[in-house]
Amino acid sequence: MNSQQDFFAALLDPERDCPADLKTWNGSDPAARFAVYRNNVLSSLIDALAASFPVVQQLVGEAFFRAMAAVYVRHSPPRTRILADYGTDFPTFIEGFAPAGSLPYLADVARLELLRIRAYHAADAAPLNPTVLAAALAVPERLGSLRLRLQPALGLLDSAFAVVSLWAAHQGALALAEVDPDQAQCALVLRNGLAVEVLGIRRGDLVFIQALLQGQPLGAATQPALASDPTFDLGACLAQLLRAGAITHCTYDKQRPLP
Amino acid sequence: MMIVSPTQATNGAPALSPQLPPRAGIGLKSQHYQQILERNPAVGFFEVHAENYLVAGGPFHHYLGLIRERYPLSIHGVGLSLGAQQPLDREHLERLASLLERYQPQAFSEHLAWSSHGDVFLNDLLPLAYDNATLTRVCAHIDQVQSRLQRQLLLENPATYVEFAHSSMDEAAFIGEVVRRTGCGLLLDVNNAYVSSINHHWDVQAYLHALPLHAVGEIHLAGFAEDRDAAGERLLIDNHGAPVDAAVWRLYTEVLQLIGATPTLLERDNAIPPLDLLLEEAQHAQALLDAIQPTRRQASA
Repeated sequence: MNSQQDFFAALLDPERDCPADLKTWNGSDPAARFAVYRNNVLSSLIDALAASFPVVQQLVGEAFFRAMAAVYVRHSPPRTRILADYGTDFPTFIEGFAPAGSLPYLADVARLELLRIRAYHAADAAPLNPTVLAAALAVPERLGSLRLRLQPALGLLDSAFAVVSLWAAHQGALALAEVDPDQAQCALVLRNGLAVEVLGIRRGDLVFIQALLQGQPLGAATQPALASDPTFDLGACLAQLLRAGAITHCTYDKQRPLP
Repeated sequence: MMIVSPTQATNGAPALSPQLPPRAGIGLKSQHYQQILERNPAVGFFEVHAENYLVAGGPFHHYLGLIRERYPLSIHGVGLSLGAQQPLDREHLERLASLLERYQPQAFSEHLAWSSHGDVFLNDLLPLAYDNATLTRVCAHIDQVQSRLQRQLLLENPATYVEFAHSSMDEAAFIGEVVRRTGCGLLLDVNNAYVSSINHHWDVQAYLHALPLHAVGEIHLAGFAEDRDAAGERLLIDNHGAPVDAAVWRLYTEVLQLIGATPTLLERDNAIPPLDLLLEEAQHAQALLDAIQPTRRQASA
């Protein structure tokens, strides 16, 4: 017999009776005491989501956030013992959560916050020495076949909404009233030293970096970037990545990185 | 059953005997990293929750590495689910082994509780029925952990809100038997002992004296919240979000008189106050520790 099965089922389902084999010293209804466990599980997991998605909470208010998160927790309790990894499908849940339908950008703000959490805890990777890249860039005839490897913390978000501005407004960097949420934006999230940065990038930059992440060399990565955005500026994009410490290796040959 | 004690050589190499100093320590919180490095506060050790550091890289490892260079460390697990009616998660145990290998903590502890069911992690320390089936299971899990980690585990007594009708022994006897069978140590949470004694109308003195006090390797102190059960009786909630209660300080003093100065952690996991308030609480514990004569156990160590 697995008595923890009953206990477990009742924890996440408020409609279920509390387990049958509980007792209390004074004969009082154990349901009132079992409710402590129900509350601990639910509220600690809601707290974990609130810590990971602070801007989503600011956008909808604490009461709405906690009610929404409670539905999510009951529907998708953690499948990991590492709470930093909990909530990976919270943005998708938000997208389908009808009461939040009046804020169509909410799910993408959650996606941006998820990228920030991932970047914060991602594996460390030393940035490439700029002189190595400068030397490689100084050989124009081989530029097209140069491959760059980017830091594990790096993430991209292609949004139909002004996610970068919405996020920045909640950091006090600009006034929320000035943000038009329906303006499409692309975000680059990375970790520069110990600090996670959210950078607004152009569509061509996003396509280019996506191609780099797929292992394409510079030449093959530049083509789709220019096709999607004729203003794409390879030099400016590389300079931005380099400044942020996002490039960790460069090589002409997948097997042998340059020193 | 396999017995791993901290002084036992396990591979023919000289015995390693990592121990926390018998001083007051505090929980390490990310909002305090920089202040700790700037100020080097006089605490005996820091404690972290293992699961917070099972991440690949970034600031958590950066700061823990720097702080570990300066202070003794206790790693406290909350996710092993030692009491679960299912096998231990081997992957989780392997991750813990790597973390302990990396930081070489002076103590590793876990809870007499379960927190997972199937592949779901509930993030709470759930209560166990104290019967022979649970005893066999918990001991097997502790054996597995100690033999994988090649070190002694300190097992923490839980704070509980319900008891099970089919329990066949009391909690202190259960813990005593686990310690006897596995050679694990005891992390005596004095607040939990107080909370459970109020919640279940136990005699806290009798409870403490029935525990295997010789095996205590660390003490936890924390605050609780107060509620009422369905009959209107006091129901204390172990919330780690308040200062230590006066009754728990008194109990702590009595424990020190019984077992001598013992590494003592001030736990605060919710409503984290400024570092100075945590340090003040630790100083209070330190003053009580300083007032205790070394026991024979420590004098001969």
